[in-house]
Amino acid sequence: MRIKLKSNIAVSDNGFVFDPATGDSYSVNPIGVDIIRWMKTYDTEAEVINQIIETYDIDSKTVEKDLYDFLNLLQNYQLAENA
Amino acid sequence: MVMEKLRYERPVITTLNAGVTNKFGTKSLHAPVSTIDGVSVKEIIAKYGSPVFIISERKIRQTYREAYRAFATRYPKVQFAWSYKTNYINAVCNVFHQEGAWAEVVSIFEYQKALKNGVEGKNILFNGPEKTDDDLKTAIQHGSVIHIDHLDELYQIIELSDTLKVRPRVAIRVNMDTGIYPMWDRFGFNYESGQAWDAINKIMLTDKMDLVGLHCHIGTFMLSANAYAIAANKLADLALGIIQKHKKTLEYLDLGGGFASKNTLKGSFLPGTDVIPSFDDYAEAICSTLLNAGFTRENLPLLILETGRALIDEAGYLAASVIANKRLSDGRRAIVMDAGVNILFTSFWYDHRISPVEQAGSQTENTVIYGPLCMNIDILRESVTLPLLKKGDHVVIHTVGAYNMTQWMQFIAMRPNVILIDEKGQTHIIRNRETVEDLNKMEEMPEHLKSFKLS
Repeated sequence: MRIKLKSNIAVSDNGFVFDPATGDSYSVNPIGVDIIRWMKTYDTEAEVINQIIETYDIDSKTVEKDLYDFLNLLQNYQLAENA
Repeated sequence: MVMEKLRYERPVITTLNAGVTNKFGTKSLHAPVSTIDGVSVKEIIAKYGSPVFIISERKIRQTYREAYRAFATRYPKVQFAWSYKTNYINAVCNVFHQEGAWAEVVSIFEYQKALKNGVEGKNILFNGPEKTDDDLKTAIQHGSVIHIDHLDELYQIIELSDTLKVRPRVAIRVNMDTGIYPMWDRFGFNYESGQAWDAINKIMLTDKMDLVGLHCHIGTFMLSANAYAIAANKLADLALGIIQKHKKTLEYLDLGGGFASKNTLKGSFLPGTDVIPSFDDYAEAICSTLLNAGFTRENLPLLILETGRALIDEAGYLAASVIANKRLSDGRRAIVMDAGVNILFTSFWYDHRISPVEQAGSQTENTVIYGPLCMNIDILRESVTLPLLKKGDHVVIHTVGAYNMTQWMQFIAMRPNVILIDEKGQTHIIRNRETVEDLNKMEEMPEHLKSFKLS
């Protein structure tokens, strides 16, 4: 993975994200929770994309675009950093 | 066992903002609108293309009857005149004419449209500041009432009347202070300064034309019904003055239009549906004022109303498609739609309600909605909370029936099909989409510019 979630970020199973460094909280939709979980498990974005396609009814092109956007947002909110 | 895959929704993370609860908080409207009058929006797009304007005949008739009832139950003589400039697609005009509305036009082009639609001259009211000699002659010969806007027009008609066999039928447009800002004093003769009364006396004393009514139109998107009570009072005062001084009873008082539709004006704190007066509010203000003004049963004038926006806005929808999703530099989500401000002029004034057509998840994102034009101003909504739409998804933009199909521009993109859903749920094209040929046929190429060579 090109980025990884910062180690101090807390993510609950139902999508509540808390950043103890800033006190900011966020809400992630269920697929976002899955992606954050898979980011920890898998080494590459391709593997995460595969997991999404296996779990959700969607094509790889759409997933690629959406994952790119989602990872950028995580970085934007400073929840993730370069791996 | 093969596990069924889950329904996909784009991953999204949104910041949670804690704040003081707001008692004015309104629920976000994300319920999909997949049908209009029972007809599938996706099928309409498949058949007529995207974007496409959709007009509901049922809604027009329903709204018209509601408005008419509000006035007719309070006042014995009521006549509506359809404001052509609001939407002059012929099929739309004819729905109003079938309901009994006359035509109210503000140019010779609209006048000709009304005639061609089958409206008799006597049922056309000719408003507006620009009327040429030929325009006036046409209107006079057809027996229409000319609403005089300025003194130059009054003298123009006096001169013309000597050359015509028909005696012109006229009304004057009166502007007045009704407590509304801005005061529309650029149209007509002012009440407070005595201009209107002077014009009336001039008409009566020259005896070249018949003064049959008085007209006013105090503003647009009026959020105060009381302003109409003031307007009705001032028009009634002039009409009663004419009875007293000139022993002449006018046929009608025309209170114009300007009633608000259920749209939300930009910058409005509350949604339009919460703040706009109802037809009953406007009717009560106008009718009770006229009934109490001092007219006798015999000289009570016909009440004419020219409201356009409030009658047609809700009957119009624009169905469009998502072309692309974007993330702006500040993290905001943006969507590019295939419908832009060139066909949705009213997006400069209103925060139009936008609904997804397809069932979407419960997650939402604050989104900017752009049109397809390569122009920075092409923004349909600066900020709207929408479910996570993807390329190819469709949306319905609500309450677009007024002014868009007249003020739209052929700019960068062509104007799309306009269809009507009749009361039986059948769809009809009422205006064809433009083509390059339509535009090119109006152009001419000088001989010396016909050829060129490029390397």
